[in-house]
Amino acid sequence: MSANITPIEQIEDDLSFFDDWEDRYRYLIDLGKALPPMPETDKTDANIVHGCTSQVWLTVRSNPGQNTVDLLMDSDALIVRGLLALVLAAYANRSPVDIVEFDINALFERLDLLSHLSMTRGNGLRAMVQRVQILASEFTPH
Amino acid sequence: MDALTDIADESSVAALSKIRADFPLIAGNEQVYLDNAATTQKPQAVIDALSNYYARDNANVHRAAHKLAGRATESYENSRESLRRFINAESREQIIFTAGTTESINLVAQSWGQTNLQSGDEIIITLLEHHSNIVPWQLLAQRTGATLLACNVTPEGEIDLADYHAKLSTRTKLVSVGHVSNALGTINPVAEMISAAHDKGAVVLVDGAQSVGHMAVDVQALDADFYAFSGHKMFGPTGIGVLYGKLELLNAMPPWQGGGEMIETVTIEHTTFNSLPYKFEAGTPNIADAIGLGAAVQYIESIDRSMVQQYEDNLLRLATSAIAQLPGVRVIGTSAHKSGVLSFVVDGAHPGDIGTLLDQQDVAVRVGHHCAMPLMQHLELPGTVRASFSLYNNTDDLDRFVAALTKALSFL
Ligand SMILES: Cc1ncc(COP(=O)(O)O)c(C=O)c1O
Repeated sequence: MSANITPIEQIEDDLSFFDDWEDRYRYLIDLGKALPPMPETDKTDANIVHGCTSQVWLTVRSNPGQNTVDLLMDSDALIVRGLLALVLAAYANRSPVDIVEFDINALFERLDLLSHLSMTRGNGLRAMVQRVQILASEFTPH
Repeated sequence: MDALTDIADESSVAALSKIRADFPLIAGNEQVYLDNAATTQKPQAVIDALSNYYARDNANVHRAAHKLAGRATESYENSRESLRRFINAESREQIIFTAGTTESINLVAQSWGQTNLQSGDEIIITLLEHHSNIVPWQLLAQRTGATLLACNVTPEGEIDLADYHAKLSTRTKLVSVGHVSNALGTINPVAEMISAAHDKGAVVLVDGAQSVGHMAVDVQALDADFYAFSGHKMFGPTGIGVLYGKLELLNAMPPWQGGGEMIETVTIEHTTFNSLPYKFEAGTPNIADAIGLGAAVQYIESIDRSMVQQYEDNLLRLATSAIAQLPGVRVIGTSAHKSGVLSFVVDGAHPGDIGTLLDQQDVAVRVGHHCAMPLMQHLELPGTVRASFSLYNNTDDLDRFVAALTKALSFL
């Protein structure tokens, strides 16, 4: 699934190149547009992440035989989709243990997107990250 | 866009710019604040009343035998009198201080509702209501076996009065309706609805959260049985609001919370209750914020309300026609009777994206369902973008809003 995901290093590189908010947001929106949609059958109530102004869906499935998980995310809002694409890139090819331990706050801080991780914006990204970590931890060795 | 002088006459322009200067957060801020339906900013007079109270008059009210307590009590009770005048209630006993609209409605649902409703009775609300005017009635219906009915709204965002009249019957015990819709801005014909409800013997509560900051309210002229509102939406502090009720209703209602202040005598076996309004004000009240709200009333009384209302109407009209010209923008709520609120969607764009892009340009609006999920479900919308205006907004704010929205659209 990670074949068509832009690597996170590339995204960091690209974002660091922009110096005004407009370019950064246009880029984020493009990432959002490029994110493959989640199959409609996965957009169930059970897969909704609550705490978001927009709808956000998440599925975490184990990859049989591999030490990675298969993450799918989607939203009905474009900027949130862009942020989800970024989170997906950050988590791509990581083991469940890596995902649980990965410091996504630091990444968002480097990208100067920390305000998007805050609870107050209501985009629920923090709730989403927490949910990924909880679900991923179910696949970590006990 | 047109200058201020095109929507207000010469003498008003001076008054309006003085008003803007009265609000520190507005006067000293680059941000365009268009989230007034969520909460309004505070004039210096209200901020001063709060800090003066704590700096000079702080004491507990109604009890102690010292001068400080006397001053605090006097200010607190003067504020009640200001609020009586503000909504033209008959007497100060009818002004019950609460934490806000939500608590006022819950007070009525608990105290009046629990005593007066039973299985087979009906409560009528509308699809326009804020969750605060839905959930307390839902809970009450579950407790008493009464039925909750919601009147339809028209595509323009008005209450479907034919549906209202059809739903009204002798089974109707209570009608609870917003004076102005927080999601769409529609001014509802509450006087007409109240009189129709009274013909069936029903009691009517009006949720005035969105009206008090924009228009003069006369509870006697409306003949409202209960009127609920919040201080923070009319330039006052948060955490304070009012429940007005007709005397005979309030007198017959049992207390809903027990504690100090609301009692007359207490033995271990039995309590006799204090008279109105204290019967419903258990515990040490929110003295400072009640005094702050009194200052907000005095502030409102110091301005020319009809001029301001005319001005706000012009601002809303101007904003509506400006954004209606932008590609893909659809105004939600097109009633001829609106106040303060401009709700809209953009075809193919999520309201959240518009809100984020406006915020990047320092234009503060609200996006989402506006605590009116049943209305959004009815309109089949995921939510709207809501720009809401107040008396300190000006045409510069409008220009910046329209320019920021135009730019936002270019992103999507
Ligand atoms: C129409 C309406 N009713 C009730 C409320 C609830 O007011 P509060 O949260 O101040 O109790 C609001 C506030 O958003 C409102 O707009």
